[in-house]
Amino acid sequence: MFQACTDPDTLDGLAWLACYLTNGKHIAFYGSFLTVLSLLAITAPVALAFGFGGAVAARSRIAPLRWFGQAYTAIVRGVPDIVFFLFFVIALDQGFEWLRHKVKCPGWDQPIRQGSDFIVCAEAKLPLSSSPQWVHEGYGFGLAVLTFAIVFGAFAANVLSGAMRAVPRAQVETGEAYGMTHRQTFWRILVPQMWVYALPGLSNLWMILVKATPLLFLLGVEDIVYWARELGGAKTNIYAYPHPDWRLWYFLGLLVFYLGLTKVSEIVLARINDRLSLGQATAAGEARRRRAAA
Amino acid sequence: MSCAQSIQDYALRSLGIGERLLPRNDFTLCEQVVLIGSGLIWNVYFGVLALSFGFLLATAVALGKAADSPWLRKPSEWFIFVFRGSPLFIQFFLAYEAFVLLPRNGIELLGITAETGWLTRAWAGALIVLFLNTAAYSGEIFYGALRSVPKGDLEAADAYGFTGWHKFRKITWPTMLRLAWPAYTNEAIFLFHATTLVYFSGFPAWQQKGDALYYANYFADKTFNPFVPYPIVAVYFILLTLCLIALFGWANRRLNRHLPQTQRRRIRFRPQVIR
Repeated sequence: MFQACTDPDTLDGLAWLACYLTNGKHIAFYGSFLTVLSLLAITAPVALAFGFGGAVAARSRIAPLRWFGQAYTAIVRGVPDIVFFLFFVIALDQGFEWLRHKVKCPGWDQPIRQGSDFIVCAEAKLPLSSSPQWVHEGYGFGLAVLTFAIVFGAFAANVLSGAMRAVPRAQVETGEAYGMTHRQTFWRILVPQMWVYALPGLSNLWMILVKATPLLFLLGVEDIVYWARELGGAKTNIYAYPHPDWRLWYFLGLLVFYLGLTKVSEIVLARINDRLSLGQATAAGEARRRRAAA
Repeated sequence: MSCAQSIQDYALRSLGIGERLLPRNDFTLCEQVVLIGSGLIWNVYFGVLALSFGFLLATAVALGKAADSPWLRKPSEWFIFVFRGSPLFIQFFLAYEAFVLLPRNGIELLGITAETGWLTRAWAGALIVLFLNTAAYSGEIFYGALRSVPKGDLEAADAYGFTGWHKFRKITWPTMLRLAWPAYTNEAIFLFHATTLVYFSGFPAWQQKGDALYYANYFADKTFNPFVPYPIVAVYFILLTLCLIALFGWANRRLNRHLPQTQRRRIRFRPQVIR
């Protein structure tokens, strides 16, 4: 990267370290932190949307929809999430390929599962074997996001349906007394008021989501854990920057990164909680009102 | 191959007893159920031991965090922050790399050579991480409970002349447990779920002796069919969770046996948390 780094053998001490930490692979390592942060940024709203859908479905008046919503929230209980992560990545991939296979190759007469092989026609492969490398990586990342969103959506659905039940019944009844329809009371009374009840659960969920991001490694994405293992491993003299096994230091770095992320999240969530309590008929809202008045 | 034969070959495979080679082709449903069930032995092993040792440390950490002296409080706060604030997955990796770096032929301590090789094995190394992790999470739960012990109870204890250890053992501690128990039940369930991470996080499965998810992953990789092995793991874990809820529910009833029926707190089961 720098002019001075062209021949690492001649360097020592800090100059060596500076060149080592800015070589091409380390830039990719730093980039993978962005992968993790973008996973968080994309997954959180998508999971919230899934959760909202699940919570609305769980209290629907149409029985099959209600059963679906309740099953969705119940199914993640009692089973380790990592099972879902490992399951959904293959299952979704095969599901997509199967659907495309049905659409694109209607004339195909062989069975799709032959012994231990899963065979679809070449046009139905996802991504196509001819597509460039970034499409493959993007597809892998997309599958990971979808998997995270499905699993965390179920948690969010659980939190949100609890929050909807926590909104005082009298509020909704007042809305009905004013002649609002079911839909109107839902959107104008229930939804605006439920967030303050949902926030403790959602903050907890956010913390869990942050701490679940290293599992990306298991889903085959080149994330920070992948790079930490790759870069930290002992390098012999055939490499430009030989060094012994440094994985411990790399993982220590990751630990500090996550502790920092947790601390920042705690501070931000405390702020949001304070803000949302404004004007609410709760103890926190009352405390805030008194503080403002004083 | 008959199902009885599969049970004979693989029921204790995760401990190294029975057939040496794992099934390679023509996987029957029976083989998958038996082998994954055999792996569950490790999940129970990790869960039970980490929980029992973790309980003791958690009580100590909670008392430390509630202590007035900063010498006790600060280390406890940091311990809880580090283990609750970072992913369990990273903790496993970090611990494994740290154990690997220990000198291979033991450490000389006061003339005695302490073996270190066993620390890199999952049964010891991963157990230590799980033990510290659950101690931090339960410690925070116990700390919260310790702070909500009713003032009146403590005043009544003072009035009856309870002091020091006697007061803690007879009044504070039982009340703390009673308050913490529903949350602690959830923590126990999460811990059992977290044991599935062990063999995916650096610790190698020596001679293919792994846990339930390790074998399920093995089958899913071989058959390229996730729809059989993972649901089997899921069913096993649901059963395990139900057993845990029954066990902790019994303990909860025992802790609250002096209260009138209507005042007893029921355990509410909440969805699990990844660490």
